[in-house]
Amino acid sequence: MSVLTDLAAALAGGAVEVVDLTHTLDPDFPVIVLPPEFGQCARFRMEEVSAYDHRGPSWKWHNISMSEHTGTHFDAPVHWVSGRDVANGAVDEIPPEAFVGPVCVIDCSEGAAEDEDFELTVEAIEAWEAGHGPIPADAWVLMRTDWSKRSGAEYLNMREDGAHSPGPTPDAIRFLIEERHIRGFGTETVGTDAGQGMHYSPPFPAHYYLHGAGKYGLQCLKGLDRLPATGAILMAAPLKIRNGTGSPLRVLALVPKEGA
Amino acid sequence: MTDPLSPPPKKNPQKAQRVPTLPPGIRSRAAMGLTAAAAEGRFMLQHCAECGTVQYPPRDACCSCLSTKLPWRDTDPSGELIAVTVVRASPNLYFRDRTPWRTGTVRLAAGPSVVCHVHGDCEKGAEVRLINRLDRAGQGVLMALPKEGTPNMADDPELRELTADPKHRRVLITDARQDNAPALARALLDAGAAQVFVGEAEGWRPYPQRAKLAAMEHVTLLPLDVTDTTSVKELAGEIGGKTDILINNARFVRPGGLFERGDTTFAREEMEVNYLGLMRLAQAFGPAMRSRGADGVNNAVAWVNLLSVHALSNDPAYGSFAASNAAALSLSQALRAELRPGGVRVMNVFSGPTEDDWHQAVPPPKVTPNAVARAVVAGLRDGLEEVWCGDVARDLVERWRQNPKVLERELTGGEG
Repeated sequence: MSVLTDLAAALAGGAVEVVDLTHTLDPDFPVIVLPPEFGQCARFRMEEVSAYDHRGPSWKWHNISMSEHTGTHFDAPVHWVSGRDVANGAVDEIPPEAFVGPVCVIDCSEGAAEDEDFELTVEAIEAWEAGHGPIPADAWVLMRTDWSKRSGAEYLNMREDGAHSPGPTPDAIRFLIEERHIRGFGTETVGTDAGQGMHYSPPFPAHYYLHGAGKYGLQCLKGLDRLPATGAILMAAPLKIRNGTGSPLRVLALVPKEGA
Repeated sequence: MTDPLSPPPKKNPQKAQRVPTLPPGIRSRAAMGLTAAAAEGRFMLQHCAECGTVQYPPRDACCSCLSTKLPWRDTDPSGELIAVTVVRASPNLYFRDRTPWRTGTVRLAAGPSVVCHVHGDCEKGAEVRLINRLDRAGQGVLMALPKEGTPNMADDPELRELTADPKHRRVLITDARQDNAPALARALLDAGAAQVFVGEAEGWRPYPQRAKLAAMEHVTLLPLDVTDTTSVKELAGEIGGKTDILINNARFVRPGGLFERGDTTFAREEMEVNYLGLMRLAQAFGPAMRSRGADGVNNAVAWVNLLSVHALSNDPAYGSFAASNAAALSLSQALRAELRPGGVRVMNVFSGPTEDDWHQAVPPPKVTPNAVARAVVAGLRDGLEEVWCGDVARDLVERWRQNPKVLERELTGGEG
């Protein structure tokens, strides 16, 4: 397989860079907040079992716990009611080739800096395509907002009328699914939908349409400013959880180094 | 009058800390009745069920008619101080560190004469009232106080040994997000606490009373999430050596028992916060508090848990929450044993339904944040182990004492 031999050489020589798009799993990293009468997304937790001590003289290890949707994570189609009957819709059923593929990055960072409720629209997608060419079928589309550079209360940006963070409009998501046949959609915010996404019709359109169509979601991505608009390969393989609706994961990208 | 207690000076870093010592702790089983009454701050003595003679010291048979029916009853605490003496030397390590120590004899209006600790404002021949309090060994002891209050009365060194007064002490309230956090902080500061630390979980999402807490002088908000072991350890590393009173108000409560919920999600949260939260705090803060039991004016004195009275007997409408509180109550007894060598007491404040979002459908009376705060401060000032806050809690514990099985049947009865 000369293509892999070439890739190995490019990785070794630095012509292709491996970029980490993952937040560290940290107990204090924000998770989505639902009305308190609902069950909540479990925060990441780590309990020491031993640390080279009387509890285990030569080894250190932890028990960890979290939700399927904690930290940088993958949403499978069965996560949403619209995707409940999608074939191979749980993380353990998704064919592995879906976890490695091309990625397009739509830079919305300027708009998101000016407007915390910034919307990714069909027009914005078409404008991006005018500069970078059409989004190829079966590609990941990531919405870069630089939101991952926010921390603390600024990240969820929760107020009395709910969270405020950027996301796609219902039409934009339908366009990506129906016209561009994408593999999945990813964001730097806590969900694939906007903070105020419950007020769209349908509520949470990214979740509703993506998963209903058997597409995947990625959220809480970090550092999308390190990716080119096109030409990178995304590697996003969730844990193989039986009937899992999602999973925290390490998201990596292979990025050709400029000039190499 | 008593000399007012001065705020403690900064510690001399070259001076070794005093090691906690305890007064004699051995009692007969009969004498433990005094301890049980002191845990609630009640002045009780044995009254003979046959002839009515009031007994002291506690015994197994009536000193008058030899009857063995000697129930403990609330007793008139008034009497006359007929003798006073001052102990200036003692072979006992605890008293050796605390001489001079006044003791005396009080002839009670109820009959017996008792030997007891004596407040500095009580003169021989004066009318006094006796209180029954837990000493540092966690045993009930009697002390004579002036019949009427005197200035700075609580600052008497002997009385302060029997209480956990917040005055000049530094307090940690573990959960700023609870409705009662501002009321607790306010009440403790009003009671003379030097500083109130308030633990704040998930600083990345807002909550209504943050501004109120942040605006209070001598209140410091610090990151603390009782469900996160690392966070608890980090805060203990920061302030564990100057936490004199710890008030664990962290709580997770949702309505529901078994079938209605049909899962373990909320139950797990309830155990994480209400039971394991207490355990994490105890493991991180307990050892340092125990070692600081004799650390001067602002020594470590008390650990406070805010519990549901349904820790005693389950309320099926909040069945899982009650179960988590039963676990916490049991653990608090283990904590009591482990803190005892330091003379640090564990006070459980039991409430019925509280006035909050999660008891909307429960009819009044409900316990308000201010009522909890008042109960905590009053309990600390009396050095209690058990506090029943509000009518529901008082009624329930009374019925529980009469017959726990009957109470269980009443609480689980339904309409049928």
